[in-house]
Amino acid sequence: MDTRRLFSGEFSFKDIHPAKLALAVFLIAYPTFATDFFTYQIGAYSLILGTIALSLVMLAGYGGMVSLAQLTVAGFAGYMMAIFGHNSVEVMGLGWPWWICAPFAIFTAAVFSAFIGAISVRTEGIYTIMITLAIAVAFFYFVRQNYVLFNGFTGYAGVEPPTFLGVYWRDPIPFYYLTLAIAAAFYGAIVYASRAPFGLSLQAIRDNPRRMRALGYDVTLHRITAYFFSGIIAGTAGVLMVWFNGRVSPGSVGVDVAIDILVIAVVGGLRHPIGPFLGAIAFVLLENFAIDLIDRERFNTVIGLAFLLVVLFSPDGLLGIWNRLRERVRFSRNAQRSAERMARDDRQSAGSLE
Amino acid sequence: MRQFVERHTFWAIVIFLIAAAFLWMIFAVWPDWLEDAIGRKKTFVNTFLNGITLGGLYFLVASGFTLVFGLMRNVNLAHGSMYLLGAYIGYEVAEASGSWFLGLAVAFLAIAASGILLQVLIFRRMEGDDLRQTLVTIGISIIAADLMLAVWTGTTYQFAPPEWLFGAATLPVISTLKSSGDAVFIKYPVYRLAVLAVAVAVGIALWLFLNRTRIGMMIRAGVNDRDMLAASGVNVQLVFALVFAIGAGLAGFAGVIGGTALSIAPGEDIRYLLASLIVVIVGGLGSVTGAAIGALLIGLAEQFGLAYFPTYGVVLTFLIMVVTLAVRPQGIMGGR
Repeated sequence: MDTRRLFSGEFSFKDIHPAKLALAVFLIAYPTFATDFFTYQIGAYSLILGTIALSLVMLAGYGGMVSLAQLTVAGFAGYMMAIFGHNSVEVMGLGWPWWICAPFAIFTAAVFSAFIGAISVRTEGIYTIMITLAIAVAFFYFVRQNYVLFNGFTGYAGVEPPTFLGVYWRDPIPFYYLTLAIAAAFYGAIVYASRAPFGLSLQAIRDNPRRMRALGYDVTLHRITAYFFSGIIAGTAGVLMVWFNGRVSPGSVGVDVAIDILVIAVVGGLRHPIGPFLGAIAFVLLENFAIDLIDRERFNTVIGLAFLLVVLFSPDGLLGIWNRLRERVRFSRNAQRSAERMARDDRQSAGSLE
Repeated sequence: MRQFVERHTFWAIVIFLIAAAFLWMIFAVWPDWLEDAIGRKKTFVNTFLNGITLGGLYFLVASGFTLVFGLMRNVNLAHGSMYLLGAYIGYEVAEASGSWFLGLAVAFLAIAASGILLQVLIFRRMEGDDLRQTLVTIGISIIAADLMLAVWTGTTYQFAPPEWLFGAATLPVISTLKSSGDAVFIKYPVYRLAVLAVAVAVGIALWLFLNRTRIGMMIRAGVNDRDMLAASGVNVQLVFALVFAIGAGLAGFAGVIGGTALSIAPGEDIRYLLASLIVVIVGGLGSVTGAAIGALLIGLAEQFGLAYFPTYGVVLTFLIMVVTLAVRPQGIMGGR
């Protein structure tokens, strides 16, 4: 869908692909036929994980910077909520109201993300993944051993979403719609930004930083700005995550979870912002229902194998598989059609000869 | 060395002064004001020695990591898993045979073999695609960590070094003077000093191997220009497999050494992966000398952080990384 036409009034509903419309209707109607478990534990959780992975896709897909610290940024926002808002542990908890606390947490997370960016963009390529991984691990060890600010090993509990407009936002259905609205907003923002001047220059920097520098673009500033925006997305998802779990601890910013985010993004596909949500749904479904097939303890082996298979055989993830299938179907249909046409032409030409 | 002094006279003087201050603090009997300021001398010297021996251990782990990267541009994030697997294998062999040295040898060989398998079966297929290679190593480390947890469970293992490496040695360093005027000397575990000696020996051996042998020459040529090396008739794939074997084997070797000095438990793989990452970021990817400097810095920073400001210990390590990246993004010994 061309966004320019959307705002110039030449837009009509006919331009939307029917599949997209059906998906939107399905997502909005989902809680009416799903149980609370499916709405909350599967639906809302996938959307939150998908949003964190979306921030990674923005950096990796459009900026070419694979950052393993996106979960760290999200966890940082969660910790900020616990430290400046309310929690049930007798440490910190300054009791700010949520409408100051949540934007503040998101903003500090974005600044933190920009800081990570400033550290890692001085080097390129494979170094980024190493430096961000080192930051993620260092943050994990830091919150685990620091009791003054982060309450060490236990972390914080009792961080709850507010009651606002008479709705308690932790109930499954309101919470689902909250996550859906936020995920959809960020999805739309990224689809829009990928065609806006900033997004285009970011993609150009990904493809050829030297040429962009020669053209007069400030490559470093662009990259740090990208980290800032991805920090806003990851931070917002982090606030939702801490509301979802009600707690935040070193375990929620651990390396295994940070790698899970990468797994989700890569399995879904880094090419398009719908990828991380696909990956998140696959991940959450596997996490919840793989126990029926195998031992719960061996869940990580299954995830690792799935990830390995995707990386080895379909580097562009589930989206890539889907695209290739579609190409093949279209190809065979075209082949069939041209064969039919040939047959028809043959008959016609044969007829004309008579 | 002389070139460095001539070029950066100021920094050479600073480094020299710091080294002199450290030496004085180790060998002199501390005056009272110094004890009042930073505590007992015994703590300081022990922390210092712990830092250096830990640096030696980090060097053993990180030298393999940096060697593999230098030649193949392959960031092996499964390096921590190789460390842990080597420690477990060494433990099993040492328990079964009763010989610690056999455990050490088998761990080295087994992990080296697994490194060759990885190189031949997986990395050769995706040469030049370093992001994909890195993602594959992440996948392998997830699976390896989970399977190791399944086999060896979450228990902490500890294995004993040979008898003659057990116990403590008295160092010729005076800790305090008793009121009678007798000197109290500092004691330190022999095994930890042996770790340091092994690290130094491995470092020298690696240096000799890389700089004085024909294969080492090929490896250095490969670091500079892989295609040219292949064009001049060297079987590059064989060199790759060899380097991967040495790099992985060193991780397994370090697993046994480190598992004896500290302990073996799940989660150690992440710890040593972090250590190798920071060591090579600080020291410069691909440089063995850089790995030695980085390992020493990080080992000292970690131990001093732990001893003198426990809840902010990690921040010190992290700060070293940030400052290095800000001042010299390619690392201390890294070249462009």
